[in-house]
Amino acid sequence: MAEFRMPSLGADMEAGTLVQWLVKPGDRVKHGDIIAVVETQKGAIEIESFQTGQIEKFLVDVGTKVPVGTPLAEIRTEGETKPAAAPAAALPKAPAAPKPKVPPASAAAPSPVQAPVRAPATPPAAPAAPGARVSPAARRLAEQRGIDLSTVSGTGPQGAITYADVEARLGVAGAPAAAPERKRAPALNLDAMRTAIAAAMARSKREIPHYYLEHQVDVTACEQWLAQKNAALPPDARLLIGVLALKAVALAARRYPAFNGFYRDNKFEPSQAVHTGVAIAIRGGGLTAPALHDADKLTLDDLMGRMRDLIQRTRAGRIRSSEIADPTITVSSLGERGVEALYGIIYPPQVAIIGFGKVVVRPWIVDGAIGPRSVVTITLSADHRVSDGHAGALFLAEIGRLLQEPDKL
Amino acid sequence: MSDIDIRKVVQEELNNIAPEVDMASVDPAADLREAIDIDSMDFLNFITAIHHRLGIDIPEIDYPKLVTLNGAVAYLMAHRKPA
Repeated sequence: MAEFRMPSLGADMEAGTLVQWLVKPGDRVKHGDIIAVVETQKGAIEIESFQTGQIEKFLVDVGTKVPVGTPLAEIRTEGETKPAAAPAAALPKAPAAPKPKVPPASAAAPSPVQAPVRAPATPPAAPAAPGARVSPAARRLAEQRGIDLSTVSGTGPQGAITYADVEARLGVAGAPAAAPERKRAPALNLDAMRTAIAAAMARSKREIPHYYLEHQVDVTACEQWLAQKNAALPPDARLLIGVLALKAVALAARRYPAFNGFYRDNKFEPSQAVHTGVAIAIRGGGLTAPALHDADKLTLDDLMGRMRDLIQRTRAGRIRSSEIADPTITVSSLGERGVEALYGIIYPPQVAIIGFGKVVVRPWIVDGAIGPRSVVTITLSADHRVSDGHAGALFLAEIGRLLQEPDKL
Repeated sequence: MSDIDIRKVVQEELNNIAPEVDMASVDPAADLREAIDIDSMDFLNFITAIHHRLGIDIPEIDYPKLVTLNGAVAYLMAHRKPA
């Protein structure tokens, strides 16, 4: 029997509150399926299973705040047989939860997410079928608009009902023409997020000896290639230059492993996989950098699709646990806000962050002649315990070189 | 579609991206990227939504014409499908 535990979603996380089960006892799950929603300082996170098997029983009640590592459910893994005397596993929860329960009303970390999402006692207009998978943001929207979730078809993972599904249902239903009622801000607790950012950044500056490098790169070839490619495509298939940047960083990180991995317990653990964290600004303040998994192996089109999805879900408060825990290097861009260079603070336990500034037109010498070229400043902040400036310079130069041949990315 | 209808569609789609913004209070001549704090991904999502809703093709080269509310409405009026 395997245990599904409260995951650690960052070095600074000590506890999380279970806000929703997206499965029920008896359901089959596989590795990577989203099976629960947990509220942390980073907001409501969709938690994926690390096991493949059948949900045996729940061990913790919805609404309970428990420390990292606490078993939340038992999963019967492949090959295990059900014990003959086992009780019918149809109960919503086990009778004896191992941890003291915190009543919802007195939970330690109140946030805007809790009241609407933690809805065992207050299901107004949106009762889904028992065990139906519904994202917190979708449930919230359904409740606000009085939509019965059993009438909504889910298009998310395993048929989960997403925010977009409820929106689509609203469109069909014509929505109560209450146009002035504006959608609420995403289901994110920005105060808690600020606290988490403060803790991580303070730790980074305390523990990581940063060094900083910058490199100016001619990206005219990228712009020309993109303009040509996008001209033939409908808007939903077009690429942004940020995708080229992400892919170039991911490929360069594969070649220079001293910038891709984690520094833990006084030693560096390079990562075989390249999971680029993408710094995403949250409307109203706040920042998070969830992972685009295996960015080095994805085509540009796939990377663009994944980035679009990731940004949309992040801003709707629907990040997945693996996206929080897995980034091996972070990429940040402030170019769209007019900033020409940014010097990032490494997100521990990572060891590097790459910054992209604004693309500016500058006089540039190409083949001995001065001409206008589109230039971007790329920066590297790296951990001096793991690498030196020499290696950092090679890493940055590799990113610049890769951006000269966008068709090969 | 009239000017008013198109303006309504544009405002609705911008509100889907920036739900907290009161579009009535946005200067129709202001650059939307700054006025309502949208980035290139938001803008692409806006263009995509308009394309799906109105069936109007908006090539990338025309993006600068749509960065204000008035500019977007004028562009879409000029390129709208005949009724």
